[in-house]
Amino acid sequence: MFISQILKNDRGGQIMLAVLAAVLIVVPLLNLAVADTNPLHVPTYLVTLMGKYLTYALLAVAVDLVWGYLGILSLGHGAFFALGGYAMGMYLMRQIGDRGVYGNPDLPDFMVFLNWKELPWFWQGFDMFWFAMLMVLFVPGLLAFIFGWLAFRSRVTGVYLSIMTQAMTYALMWAFLRNEMGFGGNNGLTDFKDILGFSLQSDYTRIALFIASGLALGLAYLLCRFIINSKLGRITVAIRDAESRTHFVGYKVENYKVWIFTVSAMLAGVAGALYVPQVGIINPSEFSPLNSIEIVIWVAMGGRATLYGAVLGAILVNYAKTVFTGLMPESWLFMLGALFVLVTLYLPRGLAGVWVSLKTSFGRKRGVAA
Amino acid sequence: MLAKSLNRIGVVLILLFFSISAAWAETNPIWSQASSLFKQASFDKTREAVDLLANSSDPQAPVALKALLEGQLYQHKQNDSLAIIVDSTTVDVSTGQTLSTVNKDSYRKIPVNNTLRKLLRSKIGGLSLSSPDPKVRLASATGLLETVTPEQLPQLQELLGKETDPQVKDALNLALQLAALNGSDQAEKLTALKALEGNLNPIIRNKLASLTSDADTEIAKAAQSTLRSIESKVILNGQLETLFFGLSLGSVLVLAAIGLAITFGVMGVINMAHGELIMLGAYTTYFIQRLMPNYLDYSLFLAIPAAFIVSGLMGILIERTVIRHLYGRPLETLLATFGISLILQQLVRTVVSPQNVPVSNPSWMSGSLEINSLLSLTYNRLYILAFSLLVFAILYFVLRNTSLGLQVRAVSQNRAMARAMGVRSARVDALTFGLGSGIAGVAGVALSQLTNVGPNLGQSYIIDSFMVVVFGGVGNLWGTLVAGLSLGVINKFLEPWAGAVLAKILVLVFIILFIQKRPRGLFPQKGRAAGD
Repeated sequence: MFISQILKNDRGGQIMLAVLAAVLIVVPLLNLAVADTNPLHVPTYLVTLMGKYLTYALLAVAVDLVWGYLGILSLGHGAFFALGGYAMGMYLMRQIGDRGVYGNPDLPDFMVFLNWKELPWFWQGFDMFWFAMLMVLFVPGLLAFIFGWLAFRSRVTGVYLSIMTQAMTYALMWAFLRNEMGFGGNNGLTDFKDILGFSLQSDYTRIALFIASGLALGLAYLLCRFIINSKLGRITVAIRDAESRTHFVGYKVENYKVWIFTVSAMLAGVAGALYVPQVGIINPSEFSPLNSIEIVIWVAMGGRATLYGAVLGAILVNYAKTVFTGLMPESWLFMLGALFVLVTLYLPRGLAGVWVSLKTSFGRKRGVAA
Repeated sequence: MLAKSLNRIGVVLILLFFSISAAWAETNPIWSQASSLFKQASFDKTREAVDLLANSSDPQAPVALKALLEGQLYQHKQNDSLAIIVDSTTVDVSTGQTLSTVNKDSYRKIPVNNTLRKLLRSKIGGLSLSSPDPKVRLASATGLLETVTPEQLPQLQELLGKETDPQVKDALNLALQLAALNGSDQAEKLTALKALEGNLNPIIRNKLASLTSDADTEIAKAAQSTLRSIESKVILNGQLETLFFGLSLGSVLVLAAIGLAITFGVMGVINMAHGELIMLGAYTTYFIQRLMPNYLDYSLFLAIPAAFIVSGLMGILIERTVIRHLYGRPLETLLATFGISLILQQLVRTVVSPQNVPVSNPSWMSGSLEINSLLSLTYNRLYILAFSLLVFAILYFVLRNTSLGLQVRAVSQNRAMARAMGVRSARVDALTFGLGSGIAGVAGVALSQLTNVGPNLGQSYIIDSFMVVVFGGVGNLWGTLVAGLSLGVINKFLEPWAGAVLAKILVLVFIILFIQKRPRGLFPQKGRAAGD
């Protein structure tokens, strides 16, 4: 079968996808079919929280694709994520219709507040779901394409590229903070009511979004694995390990880089689009350089160039974040900072690397015994 | 303007009077003479009284004249005494003392007409123009500009002949030209217009603007050409001011980036915690000021070496514990130092305060250097501009002319060869990193004088600093200097038409595009040092 072909030799991925499938089936059941009083009942807020983690995991997979397999440390994936989120947010804003505070059927509240008379051209079409979804892919993809096309063709590599991607998201953050941009300025887009006609508050919508996030993660995982297993994937790894050599062998290195970077940005955009309806807000803080660099540590924590490690890392780090910001908010930045230092110093291959080395050393011992 | 400056003079004089009135209780006989003249209630007699007062040397005379001009001078209906009544306070003119219980109805206002007002204005101006205090003279000469009339010409010329203070002389000269412009003699007007070329006083500009539509075409033409010369000078001054602001911003960028130019440029280490080392320097300034609250003026001189040591030691600590293990893995270094920056930020939040802390400016840094009436440069920005150049010069000297600098350059160009020649590369690494970090601390001291000092101080500079280093060309101190200053200037020149935020974005986009064209910056390293 096609899927088993893709996942051949990917034990981690097999386990990860199996667990994901189980969670996607069991959690909604525990939420809907089990009574509130039962200790096994999963409350809706937890479902949404898990949905949020799944979108983060998807984002981490996107970063792992470029960092793990192409060697590009992007400190700007938060920007692609946020752009996807804004595209979804614009659709959700248009869905509010005349239920806003000002009751204007044509304009979102913040535009009425700014005394705008009509919808700006770049808001046209976002009342249609299909168009918004197209934009979720198109806008981050286009930005990544242009940025990558410029950067990779002139051989901007390594830390230079990282700093440039960081400057990109930084510039976008400042841009989106401006009211004149027409994206709600500092407050961003919020007060969403419903999606495709279903209320965002209802349990069913939330479960549907949770399942959608899980499916998106699974599909994105398969896509990335497919790319990596293909001939294209082998060239990307070659570029990562010996860029000049690949170039001299005759491959157009920059083209490969641009396309992988663009695909990765689109995946990040999808993650953002699924994230926004679940948290109910999108604002310029998503563009902040800190957010983008945090994604990198999820991947580093889970294990670079494994894909399933990215999923594991994203979920673990964010779970820890939820727990510790709740328990003692002061300590979280200490822990995150320490995580950055310790993972780079002592876990260069992440948790997945630990698992692999444990397995091999265990396997060798057994081999000796037999 | 006139009223304001006269008011101030009045206050000064009143205070002066109070201080000597105890010893000088007896009132001058001119007051009784003036009272009797005022009492006759004729404009001619009032005129005589004004002359009398103006020619007297009584310190209260200008006060009385000013009150008369403003319609605040009253005479008592029974005892003829003169008083100034403003709202509900009544002041006896001859003594300057406030009278307690006074019935306003028992006073009669002394009337004035336009002829008298004109006379009063010139008399008051003349009185304070001959005051012994050059400051009073300057204020009244400046105040005169708005009201000067052709009739005052002879008086002004006479005063100008006696004047010694150059500033007052300038103001009097201006008043003379204006008086000529207000007059009717065409030749005089034309010479005055010629003389006013390039003058930046706004009153002159208004006067010229009204003259451009003068009935006399020759005058109108001359006024236009003079106005044009003035306006081009105004624009030039505006540009100079923008340039100064740009250089000031640029010097801040250079200060913030120059330490990075060493750690990133010379050692190739990406230090994301650089901003936090700047922040530590700023907090060191704060603590030094707290330790010596009575010597704020000197605290900065102590803060500079202290910040260098604090940040430098922190830098060495970071290098020894973390970065040492990550040489040759720049992306990992980036992540680890970013972690350190988070820890340092949170440390300051937890230990000191999440809020901004107050850092005061020493008195010698406040105020500004006035070049002309449109252009004044604030001292704190000037000092920081000079300071950043000084830091640059010292650093340049250290790297070029000391043995440490030689070793640093040797290690950065060829580590293996340097080691073979007996350079202890590990020690040089630590010292170089300490030097770069220490410079960051020094930058923090300077920044504490310009912006808020808080836990986020470093974060707001780190990306800009990297931009400066990358734009200038890694491994090149001159590049950092040129890049920092030019980015500052570009930013400030964009601001007027793009707005501050958009200017910032445009500069970032510009750098991103620039790096695509010249990936190694403005001044790329050449030869072997360029590495891969």
